Amino acid sequence: MNSYPISIRPFGIHAILLEWPSRVDVAILEDILQFTQYIKECCLKGEEWEIVPAYNSVTLIYREAPINFKELKTKLLDWYKEDIKVVKRQKNLWRLPVCYDEDFGIDLKELSEKSGNTIDELVKLHTSHIYTVFGIGFLPGFTYLGGVPEELQFNRRPEPRSKVLKGSVGLAGKQTGIYPQDSPGGWNIIGKCSVPMFDPKAKEPCFISVGDQVQFHKITKAEFDLYEIESEVGIYKLEKIVLDA
Amino acid sequence: MLKVLKSGLFTAVQDIGRYGYLNKGVPVAGFMDGVSAKKANRLLDNDAHAAVLEITMTGPTLFFEEATYICMTGALLSATLNNEPINNYEVIKIKEGDILSYGKLEKGFRNYLAIKGGFKTPLFLGSRSLFSSVTKKNHLVDGNELEYDECSHFEPKISKLKVDSFLDEKDLMVTQGPEYGHLSDKQLEMIFGKKFSISNENNRMAYQLEEKIVGLSISMITSATLPGTVQLTPSGKLIILMKDGQTTGGYPRILQLSDRAISVLAQKKYGDEVRFKLNA
Repeated sequence: MNSYPISIRPFGIHAILLEWPSRVDVAILEDILQFTQYIKECCLKGEEWEIVPAYNSVTLIYREAPINFKELKTKLLDWYKEDIKVVKRQKNLWRLPVCYDEDFGIDLKELSEKSGNTIDELVKLHTSHIYTVFGIGFLPGFTYLGGVPEELQFNRRPEPRSKVLKGSVGLAGKQTGIYPQDSPGGWNIIGKCSVPMFDPKAKEPCFISVGDQVQFHKITKAEFDLYEIESEVGIYKLEKIVLDA
Repeated sequence: MLKVLKSGLFTAVQDIGRYGYLNKGVPVAGFMDGVSAKKANRLLDNDAHAAVLEITMTGPTLFFEEATYICMTGALLSATLNNEPINNYEVIKIKEGDILSYGKLEKGFRNYLAIKGGFKTPLFLGSRSLFSSVTKKNHLVDGNELEYDECSHFEPKISKLKVDSFLDEKDLMVTQGPEYGHLSDKQLEMIFGKKFSISNENNRMAYQLEEKIVGLSISMITSATLPGTVQLTPSGKLIILMKDGQTTGGYPRILQLSDRAISVLAQKKYGDEVRFKLNA
């Protein structure tokens, strides 16, 4: 019973784009991920496809040869009618440590004045919600996290900063996220995460995947320093909970 | 070892690119002009994906510690070996202690220096391509040393190629991008009816075009982008993503360049002209 109307379009000769209804919705993302896992395990097994899900779409890329668009479109629509739930999907809930000291959360004061909430209230709001990873892009390991409560929805800064530090946790509109490296950026910075979001030397350079969930927890500056060193030498143990999707 | 005595403007190790990490936001990277890089590797009987040096505009000065064979393709860049002129698009024998230097850029923008067997620099996430988030530096600096295998004898099947008209091409073959259907007749006329020139905002991430057209303000949810994706911003700017381009984006993707068109564009520099040609 796969009920969403999906549209399928060519995207150059090496890629095909599948789109679900145009809205940000966890149920849609779940359906996309369930379907892509199904086709990966049951339909395209052994073929070298790159699969890029984001929000309400997924792009399938095949570099080896041109795609036969018409044939693949028909197959995909047929596969979507099958029982895609036969493959079991799991997702992780990551608990990420963030230090919200004003040295790191350089925009907290301004956001507090703007919203009328105290800094403590803003931090409590940010740590009490569970966010969903709707996409990874912009930079390697940059996660677009949705599920931001209304009280934390602020416009981007009018002028982007030329340098936002690696690990900075930002808010922009309905999204929150962590800068995986130093980068220009226009998000409001409220803290710093001590866990590297992208490590090219690691076996799995980016531990997080689209569809996973994230909850932040507040740590002190001393804990931040400790966890940062532990992460650098590879002994920090990430907290995760495995969930059935 | 190959010793980089002077690195030139922007010289980088590149191979066919980094596969399998697009869903983590890691761009493909790799040869900007794959057509030319493949020619150089082909002449040396290398694997098509062997790592080469991508040399942008101004060449490096290089010291070879072991004998080998090299071949330069892509942009026409004058070069000398121990102060004697040598040709592009030709297999050249290198002796231990030879010094290769470059001179004037005559045509194109990116020259490819391939070496027999390919450069054996470290692999990062399955590729030798330099890309700053993955390999720290995105280009070589003076004093770098690059490993390669010594080769004292090699008989190429063909030792030189004719320089074809590839570098003179202005047409970029494109197919419709996912948001092509949102374009008005007026926008289509502007896109396909005139020439565009390359803005000074051009690099391995993206090429921006100088001339603006009527912008496109549609509500877009972030979605995947590819090398060769042409984005149209609300202000009417055309941005063509290249090999180091971001893997997702929020601007309408109106056109998609063919693989060959990406190579054609990679040889264009500030002020050069291009035209879009729709491949039905």
